[in-house]
Amino acid sequence: MTQTRFAGTDRYVATPDLMMAVNAAVTLARPLLIKGEPGTGKTQLAEEIASALQRPLFEWHIKSTSKAQHGLYEYDAVSRLRDSQLGEAKVHDIRNYIVKGRLWEAFESEVQPVLLIDEIDKADIEFPNDLLRELDRMEFYVHETRELIRARHRPIILITSNNEKELPDAFLRRCFFHYIRFPDAETMERIVRVHYPDLKKELLAEALTTFFNVRETPGLKKKPSTSELLDWIKLLLAEDIPPEALRGDDPKKTIPVLHGALLKNEQDVHLFEQLVFLNRRAGR
Amino acid sequence: MLVRFFTDLRAGGVPVTLPEFLSLLEGLEARLAALSPEDFYYLARLALVKDERHFDRFDRVFAEHFAGAEKVFERITAELPPEWLQQLAERLFSEEEKRQVASLGGWHQLLETLRQRLREQQGRHEGGNKWIGTAGTSPFGNRGFNPEGVRIGPSAARHGRAVKVWEAREYRNLDATRELGTRNIKMALRRLRRFAREGAPEELDLDGTISSTARNAGILDIRMQAERRNAVKLLLLLDVGGSMDPHVQVCEELFSAARSEFRHLEYFYFHNFPYEKLWKDNRRRFSEITDTTTLLRTFNADYRVVFVGDATMSPYEIEQPGGSVEHWNDEAGSVWMRRIAAHFPRLVWLNPEPEEHWKWTPSIGLTRELIGDRMFPLTLDGLDRAMSELKRRGVSKTQEQK
Repeated sequence: MTQTRFAGTDRYVATPDLMMAVNAAVTLARPLLIKGEPGTGKTQLAEEIASALQRPLFEWHIKSTSKAQHGLYEYDAVSRLRDSQLGEAKVHDIRNYIVKGRLWEAFESEVQPVLLIDEIDKADIEFPNDLLRELDRMEFYVHETRELIRARHRPIILITSNNEKELPDAFLRRCFFHYIRFPDAETMERIVRVHYPDLKKELLAEALTTFFNVRETPGLKKKPSTSELLDWIKLLLAEDIPPEALRGDDPKKTIPVLHGALLKNEQDVHLFEQLVFLNRRAGR
Repeated sequence: MLVRFFTDLRAGGVPVTLPEFLSLLEGLEARLAALSPEDFYYLARLALVKDERHFDRFDRVFAEHFAGAEKVFERITAELPPEWLQQLAERLFSEEEKRQVASLGGWHQLLETLRQRLREQQGRHEGGNKWIGTAGTSPFGNRGFNPEGVRIGPSAARHGRAVKVWEAREYRNLDATRELGTRNIKMALRRLRRFAREGAPEELDLDGTISSTARNAGILDIRMQAERRNAVKLLLLLDVGGSMDPHVQVCEELFSAARSEFRHLEYFYFHNFPYEKLWKDNRRRFSEITDTTTLLRTFNADYRVVFVGDATMSPYEIEQPGGSVEHWNDEAGSVWMRRIAAHFPRLVWLNPEPEEHWKWTPSIGLTRELIGDRMFPLTLDGLDRAMSELKRRGVSKTQEQK
């Protein structure tokens, strides 16, 4: 145990409420459910916790076809069938055909690991319910070999959700819940500083103003988020754009350079260009 | 100690359960939130609230409950440092005024009054008014004291910010009882989704084949299953024009959200109330029309029908033949509505008007009567109720009614 409190890392800015959430989840060994706008660093949080606390990280990415069983273990009946027809010796031990899932691996870890269950809302609606006992007691039963697998150390479990499905109440009751709010201008400046420490001050100020202006455009399908801002700044740096280029007479009258990095949706780009066009005409 | 807070939360509409409350106490015992109201607020929210839609309600209850309790934290942390007061005085008061202050009962007295004043200001602010100067009523106001410009020493400044965290009510937009945005609507319509396997078994069930082959000692045993498809069929009937104009935006959001959710989704428009004609394209509403009888014939009873409209009109438009504001209708709207309701057993009406206004509009009462009181407000909460209503009525009941 090197460090027990999480306070953000040199690559990740954590707000006080997020720090509290992580530390409470670690101390009380409760799974932490993270929600928030896409691109606010939900998935990255697990990596940062693992590196800050120096724990191994196990990632379990959920797809629409994922079953809770996949995280525990799978019985590879096809190989066993093939082996039996080839007359292999190992076919007699069913253990050879049990494939461990991410949860099992995390349970076996020598030190307390961090387990990320990413985008749990992608899975079937019953998925979280099937994991209740496993997350509560940190143990499960392997029917094929009749053994009970119990976690050596209760893993620090992080669960992310994009709100595509409602999660069952019984599941929510067992978790701590944190909603990552979209960062305010001040936090945003810190985040950008962390990623691009030698960014010129004027460029950053201009970029942030433009960014928040774009976010305020009414009717956007997908508002640009933190990760889009970082990409955009990377582009601005690579193209060596001077801060003056971002500063029109009126931010509403000029299309920001390289806006493709901020707006990811054809309709949004159209809408934005239209608004700019209208504003320009009205200004004349 | 916090039991009253717990019951207040439940009364305030935050669904808190006992295990969650116990885990908050556990967290307090583990000293996760020591001596700072901010930390306590974060910890309590983390442990007790499991949905961002409830954040706003939680904030409100929290602010109300701990309005007086901040003092406890003040006492625990530290008394306001005297240097702060000195500094504040330097900044705010002239020499002469300082002498006057001394005559008021000294610095300690001043501090108390100031605290009280600040608290009052917050109270009023919370009530929705702008921060106001207290000129003429206090030893501060008449000397140009501006509460907004004052920063109270380290501990209290933090306290001030903490209060703001839950008084800012940043999560108001996520509250379920608010009107709908696209995201909320999507969430609620998903409730309608029901995956069901129906139709002929035409897909290879790989897992089933493997396990049954393995069980069959290696002799191939192929299993088939039906394709998985969304079985929910939806018929949307939207009110356009007239009194619905302010709600068109909301309706369109509902409509666009709905479109991606269902395999079978049909939509028709009507104006104010459904009569013998409906139309699909609002621009060509007079040329391309669909007879309501055709609608009843084409769509069978397992379609779920959702009306969206404010049902706000003159009662004549519902009850009288020829009552329509646009054309002569031979049969009254209520006759058509009864026909539709009889044909589609699973039917709801979503009304964008706030629920508490309904009883003041006679036409809303009439409509509710016609559809068997299945009108719900166009909020997330109302949608939830509407969707469970749609689910509740089984097909078996359809046959009974016929």
